[in-house]
Amino acid sequence: MENKLKKVDLIFCKTCQDDIEVVKKALKRNPDDIINEIIDSGLKGRGGAGFPTGLKWKFAKAQPSDIKYVVCNADEGEPGTFKDREILDQVPTKVLAGMAICAYCIGAKEGFIYLRAEYNFMLNKLNQIVEEFNSKMKEVGLNFEIQIRSGAGAYVCGEESALFESIEGKRGEPRNKPPFPTVVGLFGKPTVINNVETFVYTAMINHLGAQRFKELGTQDSRGSKVFSVSGDTPKAGIYELELGMTVEDFVKEFGDGDTKAVQVGGASGHCVPRKKFENTIIGFEGIPTGGSMMLFNSSRSMYNVLKDYLEFFTEESCGQCTPCRVGCQQLLKGIEAVKRGERPASYLEELKKLAQTMRIAAKCGLGQSVANPFISIVDNFKEEIIY
Amino acid sequence: MSNYMVNLKINNIPVSVPEGTTILEAAKKLNFRIPTLCYHEDLSVAGNCRVCVVEQVGARLLQAACAIPASEGMEILTNSNKVRQARKHIIELLLSEHRADCTECYKNGNCELQDLAHEYGVNQHLFIDLARKRNYTIDRSSPSIIKDDSRCIRCQRCVRTCDELQGVSALAVAYKGEHQKISTFFEHPMFEVVCTNCGQCINRCPTGALIEKTYIDEVWDAINDPNKHVVVQTAPAVRIGLGEVLGYEPGERVTGKMVTALKLLGFDSVLDTDFTADLTIMEEGTELLTRLKKALVDKEKVALPMMTSCSPGWIKFQEHLFPNLLENLSTCKSPQQMFGALAKTYYAQKRGIDPKNIVSVSIMPCTAKKFEANRPEMRSSGYQDVDYVLTTRELGLMIKQAGIDFMKLPDSPYDNIMGESTGAAVIFGATGGVMEAALRTAYEIVTGREVPFRNLNITPVRGFEGIREATVKIEGCLPEWSFLEGVELKVAVAHGLANAKKLMQAVNDGILSYHFIEVMACPGGCLGGGGQPIPTNLEIRKKRAEAIYAEDEGMPLRKSHENPEIHLIYQDFLGKPLSHKSHELLHTHYIPRKRY
Amino acid sequence: MTDIQEILEKVTSKYGKQRSALMPALQAIVKEKNYLSDEDIVAVAKTFDLSTAEVYGTATFYTFLDTVPRGKYVIRVCKTISCHMAGKDEIIEALQKTLKIKVGETTVDKKFSLLTANCMGWCHKGPVMLINDEVYPELTPQKAIEIIQSYQQK
Ligand SMILES: Cc1cc2nc3c(=O)[nH]c(=O)nc-3n(C[C@H](O)[C@H](O)[C@H](O)COP(=O)(O)O)c2cc1C
Ligand code: SF4
Ligand code: SF4
Ligand code: SF4
Ligand code: SF4
Ligand code: FES
Ligand code: FES
Repeated sequence: MENKLKKVDLIFCKTCQDDIEVVKKALKRNPDDIINEIIDSGLKGRGGAGFPTGLKWKFAKAQPSDIKYVVCNADEGEPGTFKDREILDQVPTKVLAGMAICAYCIGAKEGFIYLRAEYNFMLNKLNQIVEEFNSKMKEVGLNFEIQIRSGAGAYVCGEESALFESIEGKRGEPRNKPPFPTVVGLFGKPTVINNVETFVYTAMINHLGAQRFKELGTQDSRGSKVFSVSGDTPKAGIYELELGMTVEDFVKEFGDGDTKAVQVGGASGHCVPRKKFENTIIGFEGIPTGGSMMLFNSSRSMYNVLKDYLEFFTEESCGQCTPCRVGCQQLLKGIEAVKRGERPASYLEELKKLAQTMRIAAKCGLGQSVANPFISIVDNFKEEIIY
Repeated sequence: MSNYMVNLKINNIPVSVPEGTTILEAAKKLNFRIPTLCYHEDLSVAGNCRVCVVEQVGARLLQAACAIPASEGMEILTNSNKVRQARKHIIELLLSEHRADCTECYKNGNCELQDLAHEYGVNQHLFIDLARKRNYTIDRSSPSIIKDDSRCIRCQRCVRTCDELQGVSALAVAYKGEHQKISTFFEHPMFEVVCTNCGQCINRCPTGALIEKTYIDEVWDAINDPNKHVVVQTAPAVRIGLGEVLGYEPGERVTGKMVTALKLLGFDSVLDTDFTADLTIMEEGTELLTRLKKALVDKEKVALPMMTSCSPGWIKFQEHLFPNLLENLSTCKSPQQMFGALAKTYYAQKRGIDPKNIVSVSIMPCTAKKFEANRPEMRSSGYQDVDYVLTTRELGLMIKQAGIDFMKLPDSPYDNIMGESTGAAVIFGATGGVMEAALRTAYEIVTGREVPFRNLNITPVRGFEGIREATVKIEGCLPEWSFLEGVELKVAVAHGLANAKKLMQAVNDGILSYHFIEVMACPGGCLGGGGQPIPTNLEIRKKRAEAIYAEDEGMPLRKSHENPEIHLIYQDFLGKPLSHKSHELLHTHYIPRKRY
Repeated sequence: MTDIQEILEKVTSKYGKQRSALMPALQAIVKEKNYLSDEDIVAVAKTFDLSTAEVYGTATFYTFLDTVPRGKYVIRVCKTISCHMAGKDEIIEALQKTLKIKVGETTVDKKFSLLTANCMGWCHKGPVMLINDEVYPELTPQKAIEIIQSYQQK
């Protein structure tokens, strides 16, 4: 079979655009036109949830408020994801340009980048770049200023409303939704929050036009996306790939010849076993991902993988809601008990039901998505869990 | 709430509600009860327990009914299989984290978690018992409150109570994930932190994680000790709350039955805190007039506004948060402590009993009074003035333990001496009541006439508004009070410490000025006290308030200075208000405490 | 060591005294003093007019805002899946031996604390550790020991 994997070089290309020029060009356009073009491009959020970016901007623009915010989500905490770090390190002004265009479109004067504490090593450099950018914005006549706020080691703060809480100086506990951020966001004001990578694509679409973007990908998953590849692979690293490939295509390129499973979307994503590689599309029509692709070869115990994930969630749950706080502990203790023979194998079925409850009853995406790895690993690797 | 109506269907029944109405409220309108745990009518919405989830037809996720507003065209199912399974799981999860030995739990029989477990027929052992392996702390350091983390379901109602209603935030949510817990500052014992012991968190805790420290066994021991003479006093708000613990609807006045029950329990003398409430008015009223005279005539520097001091939660709050305003507090002890001091002096003398053999018990709507009784200052009689403080709830439990069929009891009058009281004392139990009682007396002392309000009901200081203000113009003074002629007496009333905090901030910053301020720590005043029956909400508190005011109107005497026993005690024992003896027994001082 | 008031003044002059300045304040204190002490939290609570329990509750939510004493250099080894597969256990083993402490502990000279943490965003170059803000990817036990030794000489 021919390998359909297509590498793209839009994000990291340093010579493709002058970011200040891109903003200047945008300032000459009508905000509605910019937003419509983004809607037309089919761009969906690159942070995981995949909400259509243009629509998000449109909603925020429609809000009658003097104060609005643009927030860049650089909390990148999903295990196996490291592309936002690379983007901010390599092409930071592309991100800033995207934020500025967004601010212009929706009428925001302030922007925030929420940078996870683990990336503090680049804080000084980034602060400098942001300062320069801010003064450039003044020069080009855009009243918009960006600040960086640091996280402090809490995965859940990547969830948009928890992130707002954190900037506001509180515990990062996700809020009830609705209201959504575009209506009640940071400091209670209409807010657009996008992933680092999403902002880069918005700048690019503004620069190159929606058509260039639409040429890539599929009906449901337009464009390309940056993937973080790790695990059992000789080619661990960061790759920008066209969307719409199958896991099979992916494994051909990145596998070590012995790949037995790929975890698509990080700890909160799905595990795809070898027998499903061929029929599983990576993208919104199949399995969406914020970019994390983890490969496992046959030397790995999927029990250990699942246990690792569950330990992660047990610690990183904000702890406020019952299904997630207690559910995570029960799933973890449950598989351990089955492994030790303290509970029968049939207990896994009870746990799967529990995971289903978490999927529909937890307050935020964290608790809701624990079922993804749990059910996909238990279903596909039952023997490894039990014995 | 907007006028715009949204139409939805709940369990296939159409309903139309104003925009902004939650699914929970909309369902209630159709008489569908949706179970809740973290939701409380007095508090902001948290949406964290998830037990209220309902199914929205066509939606992937279940919705938290308490948090999600109804929207146009929504179709909600409150009892589908999906919903029941989720709720059952959630309750089972909570129980797995919980030391669910209900038979040993103080809240057994009055626990929201237990009720739901029963309703949903949960399998307590479906999941692995996480509680057993965990080192939960049980904090018994406070004389008022026990905080038992092993029974906590992390609904955060206590945290919201302490913050939103009380402005104290002695409790907060700490840590995350599996380690998330309700904690004081650095997990210090409750006794060492800013907690005011108000007990409002207890009133809203759905489980046995926050309960009062109980002294029932000690009281039984005293009653059963033939060498002890056990006197009991009952606070104003107990008589309109107790019924709720014993089968009555809120708002039932059970004064006479309560007295009968106390006698049946074996107390040697059943007396009334209302008596010392009347006495408080005499002392505090005189203190106010004295301060006003000093300020207006002698041009001395005295602390004004004067502030009431009968709510020990409020006192401790002030000691922690506004130590610079301690001078403003009336030096009067609370009625409970006045009573205690007199029980082992005046009463002992009159009855010819050695005070060391007197055990003085009080029944209070309050948990802070347990702390107050233990304050080292409260030993004016040479003994601990009040030995044991029981809440309304504890008294209810004692009556149950004694097997008394409360509803069938006849009425009895209080014993004497110190059993006589007036309507002015009864209204101490409601926010604004002390103010009203004080005005009834002070106005009459100064002018020789009754307060110019119909039927003595000073309605501007009544009600449930968080902070209320009133101005009483003093006209036609008796000659000795002529310096008050034409003075507009400015008063304010606050209930709930969060409101008190706002008021104090304004007073501190000089934004507002008054002559006299009444503060009650608890929402609604003592009728909503931390020792009152659970549950509580505005509707219940309103019913209790109605009962208090009805009790007042039904009393033959409604002004403290008309209480004949008050005349007697001044004549025989105290001399006059603010006498040396009064100061010794009835007044106290306050201690600045750390806010942080 | 910088005085707590000095730190707070610096933060409030930049971020103001609203609650939104709380995180920068706590972060600044941890940066200077390695952890948040009882007294430091009291100072923060005063500055922002918050209850101490509230500040404590907020701080303990965040893994990087320690409320127990930590050494000058806080080592955090990634323990999440990719680094697990790449050999984080051996790294931890080597560090424990070199520093003569266990995970969660601080050396007697208060120079090092050894902790673990979740994914740090270097999964393609695991195992990885942070020492304060500095990242050390692609570790081997030998490399880890050498890095520690270079810090020991600091
Ligand atoms: C637990 C959790 C963690 C998340 N972490 C991140 C993150 O690190 N970065 C990110 O961009 N989005 C993250 N998200 C998704 C955000 O909530 C939000 O959807 C996203 O920032 C929106 O941007 P986008 O539309 O550009 O993707 C997370 C969501 C959840 C539930
Ligand atoms: S699902 Fe988990 S992370 Fe999300 S609100 Fe609930 S406890 Fe917090
Ligand atoms: S809190 Fe409720 S459920 Fe828990 S032990 Fe007590 S009565 Fe039982
Ligand atoms: S008793 Fe009152 S002050 Fe103390 S924690 Fe409870 S609500 Fe807060
Ligand atoms: S102590 Fe009570 S009110 Fe507070 S969180 Fe626990 S269960 Fe809820
Ligand atoms: S009652 Fe609605 S989530 Fe708790
Ligand atoms: S798993 Fe260690 S850095 Fe991601």
